[in-house]
Amino acid sequence: MTAELHEELTDPNADQLDHGAASSRPLKSRISEPQPRGAKVHGNRPIDQSEAANRFIAATEHEAMHDARLWDLRQKRDKEMHGIEEWEELRDLASGIKEHTLSKLDYYLELFEKNATANGIKVHWAKDGAEHNAIVLDILRKKGVERLIKSKSMLTEECGFRHFMAENNVEVIETDLGERIQQLDDEAPSHVVVPAVHKLRTDVAGVFAKTIGSDPDNADAHYLTECQREATRPLILSAQAGMTGGNFVVAETGTFVVCTNEGNADLSANTPSLHIASIGIEKLIPGLDDLAVFVRLLSRSALGSPITQYTSHFRGPREGGEMHVVLVDNGRSERLGMEKFWRGLKCIRCGACMNTCPVFRRSGGLSYGATYAGPIGLIIDPTFNVHKYRNLPYSSTLNGSCTNVCPVKINIHEQIADWRKTLAGEGEISPVKKVMMKAAGEVLASPVVYRASLPLGRSALRHLPHFMLYNKLNTWGRKRDIPETPKQTFNEWYRKNRKQQAEGGKS
Amino acid sequence: MKVGLFVPCYVDMFHPETGIATLELLERFGLSVEYPVDQTCCGQPMTNTGCEREAAKTEELFVRNFEKYDYIVTPSGSCTNQVRHNMTAIEESDAVKHVRSRTYELVEFLHDVLKVDAFPWAEFPHRVALHNNCNTLRNLRIASMTERREEPFSKPKALLKMVKGIEFADLTRPDECCGFGGTFSVFEEGVSAKMGQDKVTDQLKSGAEYVTSSDSSCMMHQEGCARRMGANLKYIHIAQILNGARA
Repeated sequence: MTAELHEELTDPNADQLDHGAASSRPLKSRISEPQPRGAKVHGNRPIDQSEAANRFIAATEHEAMHDARLWDLRQKRDKEMHGIEEWEELRDLASGIKEHTLSKLDYYLELFEKNATANGIKVHWAKDGAEHNAIVLDILRKKGVERLIKSKSMLTEECGFRHFMAENNVEVIETDLGERIQQLDDEAPSHVVVPAVHKLRTDVAGVFAKTIGSDPDNADAHYLTECQREATRPLILSAQAGMTGGNFVVAETGTFVVCTNEGNADLSANTPSLHIASIGIEKLIPGLDDLAVFVRLLSRSALGSPITQYTSHFRGPREGGEMHVVLVDNGRSERLGMEKFWRGLKCIRCGACMNTCPVFRRSGGLSYGATYAGPIGLIIDPTFNVHKYRNLPYSSTLNGSCTNVCPVKINIHEQIADWRKTLAGEGEISPVKKVMMKAAGEVLASPVVYRASLPLGRSALRHLPHFMLYNKLNTWGRKRDIPETPKQTFNEWYRKNRKQQAEGGKS
Repeated sequence: MKVGLFVPCYVDMFHPETGIATLELLERFGLSVEYPVDQTCCGQPMTNTGCEREAAKTEELFVRNFEKYDYIVTPSGSCTNQVRHNMTAIEESDAVKHVRSRTYELVEFLHDVLKVDAFPWAEFPHRVALHNNCNTLRNLRIASMTERREEPFSKPKALLKMVKGIEFADLTRPDECCGFGGTFSVFEEGVSAKMGQDKVTDQLKSGAEYVTSSDSSCMMHQEGCARRMGANLKYIHIAQILNGARA
């Protein structure tokens, strides 16, 4: 089966669609493979990413679309990179600015608070998700808000914000189309930039048919978008409060910047007179000159477009209105103190590491069962819960592509390897891995035992050394042929053919 | 110059011809090459799984086997990366430092140390797709990578270009990982196999007859996928081509 794709994506001679065209041009609907769901979550039990990934791969239409769509973003990113001669210098600069700011975070946070307060912004501090939710609820209650419109924010996902608000009878309307799709489907975003990228248009038609009454058989993107627009606009216009995240917080000016492509952050921020921005404390940068570096990198890395459609600077409340910024820690201070892992805080949430990750493209973001998926997720998620996310750092081949696309030069693949060491050191490793590696370590430490364990002259399954087999199942051979075993090992050949040297080479 | 030959465990077991070609190739350049017969492994399976402590004794053995050589050469970039960058389970003695800094992957040894400019004995009149192992590509920097804005270069290609009659087949995703990933290939079997199948499909589309690489491990995985798919592709280590293998 082939994926449902624009012809331009599969025909190497055709002009590639730009991002806007690719996301808006209708495709003929002809399949309706059910959407594979994400990882199974059982309380605090370790997430089994590979189980969910296998189900995603089995949904061949979804997997092929997902891989091709994200690889297309990666290629567009490469094209933009080649258009900027000083690309690698920009990455160095961006990394340096972030490391500098993080190393003086307390200073810049206080500077921002002082300047933002002078601008008329009310600044709040939240140590975790619960405190954040309580602060926001308090602001809303004081104003009697029943309906809140919001733009996309990974931080509010960390805080479980939507569910908390639902329990407290505040209606939350997501204004980013992808995020709205996910909200209506009661699913988390699968990607930090394109939250519904794991869904086919037919999946979206199904969700909209159930929730807003569109035609279930019409999967035309224009039709679906228009239906959502008609359904959501009245809710947006009557909302009493708007919420955004923040991509960058500028300490020297006491302002913050939100980047979107749909203009939905502006809608959320400007329609009601009350604007609340929830922002992680790592989003600080010193000044506007620094901002320029990140604005050049962000959208090129994320979507392969030169700049986001909207880069909005928020400087203070409008006349008669209120503007609140909630600065949230939620584990960030603790992470800042982790010698091997603090650099993950440089992340600007562009998603380039996800787009380039061959495991992510074939697994879907929901397979990680955590707020952050893909390479950046592997190094952030365990800081929230080492036990639950202890398997995630193994969902990587350590190929290093992520590290090299990262616009702020986070050493992602090295941190993934470091997490494996850290987790194993803390006993947070699956017993199967532990037992196998202990055995492998014993065998490989002794030439005599090692030589005796070699599988020469036997058949099939026994041909693989211990560390390549998994339990008693032949995991290697399920979809791959087992290599043939030659008549003799190199070692045996050498002893026969280079007798003299073999004596000299004994240790 | 005294050279110690390290033959990785899976090469020893499954691809002795790669070890033989590496040895013969180095001998062609007049080097005194020795293969310490008590060698086993570089410790990578344990280290990559996070079990550093379990790798310590294997690392000690590696150093004991190779400390007496000026250079240690191996037909595997992945193992070289382990020794050079990740062999940290044992104390950093002078012997350990010596071994770690003197271990070279075969292609970089030929290209950077010996600075070879001809393989007069080599002829390979076939269409060949080159696969770079990810450790070899991004950690040893054996070639430029598409993720970065840098001048294109490729040490394996520079060497292969000296082989008479060789023709290159271009892949659409030349830098994409094939999904081997060491223990990843068994712990995350489903994704690993899918990545391997996609790699083989790309190789088939390129019109390649042969795939070559300076790492047997990736090719063992790719070949396993190719055979199961019924794909008509042959896999050969770069050492064999450079040593004058004739198909």
